[in-house]
Amino acid sequence: MPPRVRVIGLGNPLRGDDGAGLLVAQELAGLARPGHVAVEAYEGEGVGLLSLWEGADAVWLLDALHGDGPAGVIRRFDAGARPLPVSTRSASTHATTVADGIELARALGRLPRRIVLYGIEGEAFGTGEPMSVAVREAVPKVVRTVRAEVSAALAGSC
Amino acid sequence: MSDGSPSLRRTIRTDYLARVEGEGAMFVEIVDGELRDVRLRIYEPPRFFEALLRGRHFSEAPDITARICGICPIAYQTSAVRAMEDACGVSIDSGPIRDLRRLIYWGEWIESHSLHVYLLHAPDFLGYDGFVEMAREHPRIAESGLQMKKAGNTVMALVGGREIHPVNLRVGGFYRAPARRELGTLVEPLQRARETALATVRWAATLPFPEAVREPELVALADPEGYPIDRGRIVSDRGLDIAPQAFDQHVVEEHVEHSNALHARLRGRDTYLTGPLARYNLAFDQLRPLAREAALDAGLGATCTNPFQSIVVRSVELVQACDDALALIAAYEPPERPYVEVEPRDGVGHGATEAPRGLLYHRYEIDAQGKIRSARIIPPTSQNQLAIEQDLREVVGGHLELPDDQLRHLCEQAIRNHDPCISCATHFLELTVERH
Repeated sequence: MPPRVRVIGLGNPLRGDDGAGLLVAQELAGLARPGHVAVEAYEGEGVGLLSLWEGADAVWLLDALHGDGPAGVIRRFDAGARPLPVSTRSASTHATTVADGIELARALGRLPRRIVLYGIEGEAFGTGEPMSVAVREAVPKVVRTVRAEVSAALAGSC
Repeated sequence: MSDGSPSLRRTIRTDYLARVEGEGAMFVEIVDGELRDVRLRIYEPPRFFEALLRGRHFSEAPDITARICGICPIAYQTSAVRAMEDACGVSIDSGPIRDLRRLIYWGEWIESHSLHVYLLHAPDFLGYDGFVEMAREHPRIAESGLQMKKAGNTVMALVGGREIHPVNLRVGGFYRAPARRELGTLVEPLQRARETALATVRWAATLPFPEAVREPELVALADPEGYPIDRGRIVSDRGLDIAPQAFDQHVVEEHVEHSNALHARLRGRDTYLTGPLARYNLAFDQLRPLAREAALDAGLGATCTNPFQSIVVRSVELVQACDDALALIAAYEPPERPYVEVEPRDGVGHGATEAPRGLLYHRYEIDAQGKIRSARIIPPTSQNQLAIEQDLREVVGGHLELPDDQLRHLCEQAIRNHDPCISCATHFLELTVERH
């Protein structure tokens, strides 16, 4: 039986580079196979991810990053092996983050067997800003890589 | 200082940094052991959306404003549709369309309150930095929160078409009304959520609460037929009693240097507070009997002036939300048509509803073709900001002896009491404390 796969694009389409993950997911929509592969766009808070990936064997998360690298740099994290390198101290008064969702799932034993996050470093996150050229150019590269990884997982070679 | 030595200055700052710096931050300045300044800076997306809405068709307002917040899109949609219906002379105050609106709105309250009670607020009282640490040692508390949150999400997904930014609401009603049997699938998860909510009230009431008495003017909607959520006059505990149409004549928004947000103040009156504490104190008698009894059994009383106890009030509101949602489902008969036709006309409309965190007001001016001429959105957080700052002053002033770390944590807890909408658009945060 093929693994149950979720590909989840994260972000906010009205905030420039923050829409990168959603754009990647949109480009990967053709991967969807009813019953075992779902491709979703998710604009909610981090803890909501736990219900979104419930029952999945393998999950790819696609997101924008705000780190110290130049815009357009692509980073891959094996979130199943170790926590994302960001602060998860939850002093937020309102919402929760992707890293929070992953760590809560780890604490409760609800992490999918395989969970990978692809992030694109961004630089323009203001409300109403357009996506930067560097991030736009990185999107098709992530699309190709994730498509190959998902296809390999479905073929049982992961 | 009189001996000429430099003054001792402590600055405590919490930055909610993420994708855009400075979206929300707290700044506390203490000089020579005296509190000098407390400021809360909040990023406020509605200003951008007000501009975005101008020139758009009135039917687009609910879907555009839903994107202001990933936690409370239904609040934005419901205030928007009520304002547009008001502008067009249409009133939907009874029948299955209104019932469906209340049902999906309760779903949002369940989702938002359970996230706040279990994962954001509980760690403060149990002595954890965050919910991940708490979940490692108290997995059942975290699982309860997730179970309740899922019940709320299920209501929103079924009635709204999807969980995040539901797409089924429109001016005049819904694009599609669910069948009775579809709503029937919500009964079992909501019954379980109601049981969990009752247990939550009992548990929350036993938490250790810092002593605090706050008495800002409390403002909430008043609905003669039930606990306020989707409609009503705007009333206060100090005699305010106005229709939503009069709200923008009574509220003054002031720009302050340290915040992107406009601070709302009621003209000629002092600081006011909206949200769970205001609703509870003003509408205790309107709670469903099950919720009222749960509150009394837990020793809460009919009034609550300690914002740290808002976790208990939210738990009582979870009982209210689940119980009323189940009653709406039991009585539901689908409408003949899922929406009322709303023809645009030249005019102004107002809509006020109770978002989980407080009163949310929309005002639109549209032309005869339905084009939006102007939009004004006053979210609960900008209304509560002055009251939160006042709270912080009291908290800091009463605990100046605490070391920075503990004082900062207490301040964060005081902010969290009011569940302000600070970080909708942010994904992670870093914290810093600076000493000068």
